[in-house]
Amino acid sequence: MKILVCISKTPDTTAKIAFTDNNTKYDTNGVQWIINPYDEWYALVRAIELKEADASIALHLISVGGADAEPILRKALALGGDEAIRINIDSDDSFVIATQIAEAAKTGGYDLILTGKETIDHNGSSLGGMVAELLDLPYVSLATKLELNGTTANVTREIDGGQELNEVPTPVVISAQKGMAEARIPNMRGIMAARTKPLKVVEPVACEALTTTVSFELPPAKAGVKLVDAENVQELVRLLKEEAKAI
Amino acid sequence: MILVFLDNVSGSIKKSSLEALSYGVAVAKQLGTEAQALVIGSANSDLTELGNYGVSKVHQVTGPEAFDAQAYARIVSDKSNELNASVVIFSHSLMGKALASRVSARLKAGLVTGAVALPDTSNGFVVKKSVFSGKAFANVKINTAVKAISLNPNAYTAVLGEGKAEVTTTTVSVDAKVKVVSSTKSSSDRTLTESEIVVSAGRGMKGPENWGMIEELADVLDAGLACSRPVADAHWRPHHEHVGQTGVAIAPNLYIAIGISGAIQHLAGVNRSKVIVVINKDPEAPFFKAADYGIVGDAFEVVPKLTAALKVGA
Ligand SMILES: Cc1cc2nc3c(=O)[nH]c(=O)nc-3n(C[C@H](O)[C@H](O)[C@H](O)COP(=O)(O)OP(=O)(O)OC[C@H]3O[C@@H](n4cnc5c(N)ncnc54)[C@H](O)[C@@H]3O)c2cc1C
Ligand SMILES: Nc1ncnc2c1ncn2[C@@H]1O[C@H](COP(=O)(O)O)[C@@H](O)[C@H]1O
Repeated sequence: MKILVCISKTPDTTAKIAFTDNNTKYDTNGVQWIINPYDEWYALVRAIELKEADASIALHLISVGGADAEPILRKALALGGDEAIRINIDSDDSFVIATQIAEAAKTGGYDLILTGKETIDHNGSSLGGMVAELLDLPYVSLATKLELNGTTANVTREIDGGQELNEVPTPVVISAQKGMAEARIPNMRGIMAARTKPLKVVEPVACEALTTTVSFELPPAKAGVKLVDAENVQELVRLLKEEAKAI
Repeated sequence: MILVFLDNVSGSIKKSSLEALSYGVAVAKQLGTEAQALVIGSANSDLTELGNYGVSKVHQVTGPEAFDAQAYARIVSDKSNELNASVVIFSHSLMGKALASRVSARLKAGLVTGAVALPDTSNGFVVKKSVFSGKAFANVKINTAVKAISLNPNAYTAVLGEGKAEVTTTTVSVDAKVKVVSSTKSSSDRTLTESEIVVSAGRGMKGPENWGMIEELADVLDAGLACSRPVADAHWRPHHEHVGQTGVAIAPNLYIAIGISGAIQHLAGVNRSKVIVVINKDPEAPFFKAADYGIVGDAFEVVPKLTAALKVGA
């Protein structure tokens, strides 16, 4: 059994959002990079749990990005991956990223490919579906639980107003969200071990970007809060009805 | 032509899909073409009524028993090819997220997910989308001849007019690999992302036993319920109510936050709300900076009063 977890690098959740170069580039000045929370807390930790239950599982990590993605991959290795692949290309087009991952997966022979629900910077929620389509594999998205049973994956996924239990044959692509696993902190042994684990750098295959980000904007600033006295909730109701027209 | 995929959840078309339909009709107008709708599976309602949203034709494809992204993507792509669609539109819903990405890769159609506005066609085809978990927007140009868009729920208002659509039904045989073993529904079919009003509470409520007043307030407003992350982590409330950067991202017309401090990760999931009301006993709570209206006070006193005032006004 081989598992591939897709790891992306995102700004820390408290990072300031600002843009440079005439609002065409994200200002990375002073930004701390982290593993995208959905990839780390849910996809990766669940994969590690599966490996802990079955030592024969090989757990590979993949990230598509420049050299600055390596500290992120090392941290993921410290949490528990066996080896990591970095595809050496920076792109903000999901199709380009998906093509690279699909290419690597073709030769890797993975039974399970896990992604996070979405990246907290691009908010695409699109990579997993694209990889699945490029490999012609089934795709279960927004999974909250995952069990393996031989060549069958039992996946619980979010549906409108509830949950659904799916049974799907491997190989399969699954996107993970909250519920899958609990966040972990790497321990000293893991961090030491990660230093010597293989991190392979692979050059990208040629692929045309289907989209181009032309500019960014910040939302218009709020006018400021209007405070209503706690003894006068009727006034809040009136404002919501007449001024904000929200109820 | 423009093809709009409509989520058909146990026989009914979702509100966010009707928004996508109206959006598709507006895009068609912009491009001087027409919009048509695609529904997969049997429907409980009269699909000719979709004409009220401005489409002349509805293509219904029956065959699949349950949602399987792989099987559905084939159907949508085949239809799109058959009809020569230039733009394929989805709602950025649970189903839409899984499907739009597959269709995009299958058709090599550039995709923008989480769109919040109509495309700007003055210089190519540029779609504005939400990024950085609601903290910013990106304008993304689609470079391909066939384009795909998924529209954020509540970002575009469904426009109801009058008309009847012609419905053509075809049946396909599918080989779905995903088998549904069981499903559980917690409440209504309506997901939090579709609620126009959301009442949300945080650690300031002290414990799950105090949620009665939150539920009552939500009831009078016919609102969805949400909570902060520590509340879901402590199992005071179910996971699917957790909003924020690592939970659900929502953009209702009205978001009422009670006993929530307003941490940046919480704001990331709710700051696209049109109107934000904050009830917090601490005047220094950061949430007030992101709010439109606020009450500094004890939730245990303010919330029941607010519910009562709304009942009187109703
Ligand atoms: C990587 C990361 C991701 C995260 N993602 C999310 C996320 O997606 N969503 C999220 O919510 N959080 C998230 N968090 C956690 C976030 O940082 C905050 O810790 C969390 O939002 C705080 O929840 P809270 O406001 O309910 O609790 P608190 O911060 O404890 O605030 C409680 C508030 O209630 C008020 N209060 C107390 N008693 C009363 C009363 N009687 N009446 C009125 N008000 C009262 C207090 O003044 C206070 O402002 C994340 C954190 C990290 C590090
Ligand atoms: N550059 C990348 N390298 C590896 N995996 C990625 C990359 N970008 C996105 N992913 C994976 O795809 C998921 C969804 O990303 P997105 O479609 O951008 O929201 C993420 O949670 C990651 O698991």
